[in-house]
Amino acid sequence: MKPGADVLIIGAGIVGVACALECARVGLSTLVVESHMVGGGATGAGMGHLVVMDDSPAQIALTQLSCALWKELQPDLPGSVEYDACGTMWVAADHEEMAEVERKSHIYSNAGIVSEVVTGRKLYEYEPNLRPGLSGGLRVKGDAVIYPPTAAAWLLDQAIHKGSKFQKGQAVREVHEGGIVVFENGDRLCARTVVVATGANATKLVPGIALKPRKGHLIITDRYPGHIRHQLIELGYLKNAHQLTQDTVAFNVQPRRTGQLLIGSSRQYGALDSRIEKSITAKMLERAFWYLPHLKDLLCLRVWTGFRAATPDKVPLIGPAPNPVTGRPMEGVWLATGHEGLGITTSLGTARILADRLVGNTPSIPWEPYEPLRFSLQKGPIP
Amino acid sequence: MSDPQRVNIELNGRPVSVPVGHTLLSAVFNAGFGTTRTSVTGQPRGPLCGMGFCHECTVTIDGLFHQRSCMITVRQGMVVETVPLP
Repeated sequence: MKPGADVLIIGAGIVGVACALECARVGLSTLVVESHMVGGGATGAGMGHLVVMDDSPAQIALTQLSCALWKELQPDLPGSVEYDACGTMWVAADHEEMAEVERKSHIYSNAGIVSEVVTGRKLYEYEPNLRPGLSGGLRVKGDAVIYPPTAAAWLLDQAIHKGSKFQKGQAVREVHEGGIVVFENGDRLCARTVVVATGANATKLVPGIALKPRKGHLIITDRYPGHIRHQLIELGYLKNAHQLTQDTVAFNVQPRRTGQLLIGSSRQYGALDSRIEKSITAKMLERAFWYLPHLKDLLCLRVWTGFRAATPDKVPLIGPAPNPVTGRPMEGVWLATGHEGLGITTSLGTARILADRLVGNTPSIPWEPYEPLRFSLQKGPIP
Repeated sequence: MSDPQRVNIELNGRPVSVPVGHTLLSAVFNAGFGTTRTSVTGQPRGPLCGMGFCHECTVTIDGLFHQRSCMITVRQGMVVETVPLP
């Protein structure tokens, strides 16, 4: 079969469309295929927090690069993307967490990220509705918030403007070595490189990759402008997010441009259906009410769920896919998935690395930590 | 002497006397305010169902946004604002 495009991207979530834009920008002929709607999966279900995270050097590098790329785009973003440079406040409940604030501030400072250690009264000047008696926090002014589905739609428009093609309505059934894609209706397409960017569903097309769905719930309120000013996250967040086996909740509340509050967060493994679980939302709200007591008086409009694509080391899969049988790189099949809860932020960095690698440029940050083969080339079963 | 059959509330900065037992919505209407809130896109909105379902008659009471005025009986000293949101 003759390649119909240089790059065929499966999935018009924010990662897929960001990849399309970068590929088109470096001059590759690009086609995006999407079965349902743009940004209709994890993209539309997530919070849209643009945040630098310090879980590992690879995570800092990718989130930092990505936040810088978002800042570059910001002047061009339409109002519908609701870009809001509200910053993040990592909230320290007690002295132990205050020590963590210092540690985190040090890591950020080493990476060149500006943060402000906030103690006592200053915390309440920034966030008067937090419960009394908290120790302080770390304010990261450069973080921001966007509305992910409109951001995805805009990125796709930009890609199309740069010559990318877009095909909607047919789901992909199979992907084969040699860059071959088979659709549900039997149609086939071939590209020099197929990029699987279907989030947690990527295992359906490339079995055996180190990827698991991780369910999350979110709650949104009516409009209460000014109730909070930063995205507020408890410092115990990473501690909770790191639990690989049990259901966890963490305090993570976001102010939207509309004045609405988006209340998170939950993480579940092994929960495969999308129904709303009251036991989980009750725990989320209990935690949110503890930090923000007046939330109790506000009106909730909607609750929903989504699935993050989680890898064992919390770092995405960007590069050649491993063959399910041999574990060797598949010819003409790449992955761009595994972004877990950071895909909105890291979509742009992912796309930059992927496009650089495809045309043989050296990416501006080391790409090896994101290499999908890092799991399949290890001995033993995938964790 | 205050009339035991009436309560005094503050509505959009004005003192208003309302018969005991009236809904806040009737007080708002009788004071001449037809618009209770604005939509996300800034359109003026007024009450539709009058029975707590449509959320179009929401007002700010004592600083708390989005209170359904049709479901709330007037209380002495309430501070009420219509159309508080940008």
